Amino acid sequence: MTVSYALLTLLEESERHGYDLKRAYDQRFETGRALSFGAVYRALGQLVRGGQVSVVGIEPGAGPERKRYAITESGVTDLQRWLAEPENPHPHLQELLFMKVMLALVSGRPAKAYLRAQQQHHLARMRELTGARREATATAALRLDYELFHIEADLRWLQHAQARLADLAAEAR
Amino acid sequence: MKAVLEAVQLRKSFGVTEALRGADLSVHAGEVMAVMGPSGSGKSTLLHCMAAILRPDAGSVVFDGRRIDALGDRQRTQLRRGAFGFVFQFGQLVPELTAIENVATPLLLAGQRRRTAIAAAQGWFDRLGLAGLQGRLPGELSGGQAQRVAVARALIGRPRVVFADEPTGALDTAAGDDVMELLVDAVRQQDAAVIVVTHEPRVAAFADRTVLVQDGAVDDGAIEVGAGAAG
Repeated sequence: MTVSYALLTLLEESERHGYDLKRAYDQRFETGRALSFGAVYRALGQLVRGGQVSVVGIEPGAGPERKRYAITESGVTDLQRWLAEPENPHPHLQELLFMKVMLALVSGRPAKAYLRAQQQHHLARMRELTGARREATATAALRLDYELFHIEADLRWLQHAQARLADLAAEAR
Repeated sequence: MKAVLEAVQLRKSFGVTEALRGADLSVHAGEVMAVMGPSGSGKSTLLHCMAAILRPDAGSVVFDGRRIDALGDRQRTQLRRGAFGFVFQFGQLVPELTAIENVATPLLLAGQRRRTAIAAAQGWFDRLGLAGLQGRLPGELSGGQAQRVAVARALIGRPRVVFADEPTGALDTAAGDDVMELLVDAVRQQDAAVIVVTHEPRVAAFADRTVLVQDGAVDDGAIEVGAGAAG
């Protein structure tokens, strides 16, 4: 899912070919493993069908035709909504939260405000769990503790990311 | 609902360092509020200004409909003794006094007779799971027990607002949970307000509401969707 939003962010900067998108993605987000062409074109196909991206030109090349893609208004709206909407805490948010920060920075959106909203969302979930824990048996409480400690780790990262935003922004743009 | 304690546009500098730059915060009776923020964000300064420990350079602090930021030293001391309770991280119990004498101290300072004060303190020992520890000196208590004694001492005078600055900072998670549960239950029963300054999300999760302090101002968590500026 983050791949689609990353492509939308890159297309918001400028129209691009599929190949350019792949190269820009690998360079900008340093995910540790290169994005496959298959994944890029799969995501682009879905975005075109969903109306978030449109094909604005087709150029003949040595191999297959090269399509130029552009983000649509509905693509911008979707990207904006996704960035602004906090995620529900779960143990595997790492990649999602990381990409949201990076995409907000790359697209010049208010990364700090998004991080803070996410922080409040995580804190709200912790309040819920803490309330449930107070009524729980020792066994149930131990299970809830597991989730609480995970959310706490996310919160430490969210706080840390805010302190590092200036350095990150310099690299991301 | 009317705020029992409200800070409006507080400013406070220490030399050239601006610790508070227009901080707003209000708390209602019966409300537990957590204040979080990175080191140096101004959260402790905000607490101290609201608790009439520090005087802000500008802005106002209103307690129960009355401005308290400009009161003289004597009146502020009276206010802190009578209307406010305090729980700090550590080092707050008088080491030469027994646990029960420590708990009774606020009542003794308020002029109550020793017998009455000790009897009132006695009630808190069962309530906070401290039965049998009345005669111990603070040095003979575990960290968690000492904090529970500190909670009893903060609440015995039936304060309207309790200020807790990193109340579990020196404790492990289990002991910290116990202290927070006791604090929150006790203040709710007394319909007091609590402001807890903490850097621990687990502690903040006991509160009804959490505000974040950054660069000397309070962020209530509202987000401006679609704003264009980075950062």
